[in-house]
Amino acid sequence: MSKENVLKVENVTMQFGGVIAVDNMNLEVDKGEIVSLIGPNGAGKTTAFNVITGVYAPTNGAVYYKGNKIIQNYPQGKMKKLYRGENPMTYTGQHAVAPTPDKITRLGIARTFQNIRLFKSQTVFENILIAKHMLRTSNIFTATFRLNGKEEARMRRESEELLHLMELDDVRDELATSLPYGKQRHLEIARALATKPELLLLDEPAAGMNPQETLELTQFIGRIRDEFGLTIFMIEHHMDLVMEISDRIYVLDFGKPIAEGTPEEIRNNPRVIEAYLGGAQNE
Amino acid sequence: MSTKKKNAWNVGLIAALLILLFLLEQTLPSSSMLFTVLKKGAIYALVAVSMNLLNGFTGLFSLGQAGFMLLGAYTYAILTIPMESRNSVYQYFDGGIIQFTLPIPVALIAGGIAAAVFAYLIGLPVLRLKSDYLAIATLGFAEIIRAVFQWDKLGPVTNGSNLLRNFPSFRSVVFPFVVAGICIALIVMLINSTYGRAFKAIRDDEIAAEAMGINLAHHKRLAFVISSFFAGISGGLLAMYQTTIQASMFKSAMTYEILLIVVIGGIGSVTGSCISSFLFIACSEWWLRFLDNENLYIGGFHVPFLRPGFRKVVFAVVIMAVVLFYRQGIMGTKEFSVEGIADFFKRKFSGKKEKKGGVSHE
Amino acid sequence: MDWMSRNLPYLMAGISVGGQYALIAIGYTMVYGILRLINFAHGDIFMVAGLIMVYSTTVMPIYIAIPLMIVVTVILGFLVERAAYKPLRSAPRMSIMISAIGVSYLLQNLALYVTGGLSQQYPAIPWINDTVTVFGATTKRVTIITPILTIVLVLLLVTLIKRTKIGMAMRAASRDFETSQLMGIKINSVISFTFIIGTFLAAIGSLLFFTNYTGVTPTAGAMPGLKAFVAAVFGGIGSIPGAVIGAFIIGICENIIKGLGWTTFSDAFTFALLIVILIAKPTGLFGEKVTDKV
Repeated sequence: MSKENVLKVENVTMQFGGVIAVDNMNLEVDKGEIVSLIGPNGAGKTTAFNVITGVYAPTNGAVYYKGNKIIQNYPQGKMKKLYRGENPMTYTGQHAVAPTPDKITRLGIARTFQNIRLFKSQTVFENILIAKHMLRTSNIFTATFRLNGKEEARMRRESEELLHLMELDDVRDELATSLPYGKQRHLEIARALATKPELLLLDEPAAGMNPQETLELTQFIGRIRDEFGLTIFMIEHHMDLVMEISDRIYVLDFGKPIAEGTPEEIRNNPRVIEAYLGGAQNE
Repeated sequence: MSTKKKNAWNVGLIAALLILLFLLEQTLPSSSMLFTVLKKGAIYALVAVSMNLLNGFTGLFSLGQAGFMLLGAYTYAILTIPMESRNSVYQYFDGGIIQFTLPIPVALIAGGIAAAVFAYLIGLPVLRLKSDYLAIATLGFAEIIRAVFQWDKLGPVTNGSNLLRNFPSFRSVVFPFVVAGICIALIVMLINSTYGRAFKAIRDDEIAAEAMGINLAHHKRLAFVISSFFAGISGGLLAMYQTTIQASMFKSAMTYEILLIVVIGGIGSVTGSCISSFLFIACSEWWLRFLDNENLYIGGFHVPFLRPGFRKVVFAVVIMAVVLFYRQGIMGTKEFSVEGIADFFKRKFSGKKEKKGGVSHE
Repeated sequence: MDWMSRNLPYLMAGISVGGQYALIAIGYTMVYGILRLINFAHGDIFMVAGLIMVYSTTVMPIYIAIPLMIVVTVILGFLVERAAYKPLRSAPRMSIMISAIGVSYLLQNLALYVTGGLSQQYPAIPWINDTVTVFGATTKRVTIITPILTIVLVLLLVTLIKRTKIGMAMRAASRDFETSQLMGIKINSVISFTFIIGTFLAAIGSLLFFTNYTGVTPTAGAMPGLKAFVAAVFGGIGSIPGAVIGAFIIGICENIIKGLGWTTFSDAFTFALLIVILIAKPTGLFGEKVTDKV
């Protein structure tokens, strides 16, 4: 595996009012890797995801995707005085870059959500088809007057194929929210894959799953990485899952990365054990 | 059922409907209440569907419909008043400053465009607002438009707060049906396209839609502008139907009525909006008329409470009952279609347990 | 001085109207604070209060009519909440708002039926209707009383919310609806109480408002209602001092615009102000920022 950098988070600090949720985070994800971000509740993991996907503009810092700067900000306005994080001057004077989440997705970064967010009134198939909308070349007139027949057919064909690959054919026309919980998680991942991403961000994919389902998910994540040539960056609490499939792990505590390394290194890191207060027994 | 067969059925049904309308007009006296209901119903169906596109399909709670109808109605009227009538219509403003007339279809479309352009302009700031704030801001814009059109200084164009009249209107009920029908068909085609799917995604979950690469600002603005375009056209039709217009007609009460039509029909159902607008107009203009009759006797019994205005009270109570107890409305989010009916009967006759009528979202 | 005497009547009228808007706006802002509902029917309840006054004074002396009007209006507000909003408590927010629009439609049509669509002469209330002279400008006594009464009532209300148990429950409910229920707060009584206070203030507001006008029509409540709502948004919805300050600003600006001879735009101005504030500072002057959780 070549060491091609896909995601690089550089000095990212996210401060809400006086509270620092993410404190000077630096991390890198290379092509083809599965990297996990772990840490106790409230450590700022989801906030970090929201920064990378453009939901929040960071207070300070930059994010690179495949070597290109996609997000950058520095303390401005009220934050100038309030800012308590590190490196306050590094990015000052440069342009703030704050794309909306849809732009990030179109760059090739897809995500799932901690609390499943499917399109409630739509069927499984439609949920996936919607994700194909961003890959359109038609405009509103050609789409309304059905001059985009080929493209529409391609969207539908690709969605069907994806459904098949994800083993969701049998529930194709069910309402998305009528699926069992585990399947909803699968569908959410399938929907993210429909945007043809290179980097997939999974926010607690195994939340609420029993050991059997978690095991299946572990295999599933490994499989999609290989089949779709993905790079995966995920937040997870289930230690068996994390230890099983991660190439590398970052540990976050109080918004600060406290450790980084292979599962083996993390397992034996005293600071991690301390942060988790016996959380290492989980495995 | 194949798409071709379905289309053939639909075309056949529409043709049959138009022929039926034509025959009705030849046979019934033109003063029949039925024609009032059909004409006004068709116009309200269009504006209700356009509102549904926003409120039902995109999840944007906008209450600016009356304002956009006003823009459409005024644009149509101003552009079509014949030259020879301008002096009498604009008697306080020396015949006005617009000294040309356009053909009816062009003026109707111009009305739509005027509403759409305005929607584009106000959409930039307003569409960033969430649910009820958006509602109140659009309601406010409609009020501002109304005030501006009544302004004396704009009299040479808008005739101030005076009536606009003498513009061409329609006689036959077929005309509003054809125009509204074409417009509704366009909206349905849009809803079934990939853009329609994106709108529904935004309605279901904005954050997830954005994570699927859908540009929220762009798509919301599209829905808003398109909805306003058709509201503008329906405003033009309403002007034709009324034969005279005045800015004070287009109050927020009008928007409320349209909203209630959408709710009764089912938020998110095009056919529901159409059915309910005819029902709404029929009830308010025709079927409940007897309630306004003070001297109604049933077998010698003088029915109490009846006098002008009672009809509207009963009507409002019925609407409240729908809002409270039949929140799904007539159709829910389902659509009425040939296929749905065919399926319904198939299930009925094959003895299987039937699901409630209607057909998929496609 | 010349400028002063020419503009003072408008300024005083503005302060007075502002006080009346404030009394209505409190009802909006409190209900919104707890239910996140724009109570579109509030303006119409205000109108109904006016009509009750009109009809009750024809059969009874005014000193009985006023308390009766207030009681009946409060009961109406209570019933509207129980009948039209309570059943929809778990429904999407849009449904409750539609229900509110439905109630507004019903009340207006009911008023249309009762009045026959004619403007009803509002009774002249002695003493507050008398003419007085302030700084050389003649005006009705109600103009002077309104702002004073408004401020007294607001202070009482703020004390009630800060000091009493039910006030604490109201604050809790507006902060977190679900959690407050789990903490044993009887949410339905809190909501009813909120509506009772809101309609009580609106009833007093209607007394002061309609005294200045010749008649009550079925749609008389719609415009003051909307303006009071704008005032509530302007001040930061959910905040009582915000609503009061917003109402005074709107009342004064509106009357100054009228004084400048731009009467057509006095309503439009209010909405323009609303849109500007929503875009520049969506949470209003004193509102708290809320962020969606992802």
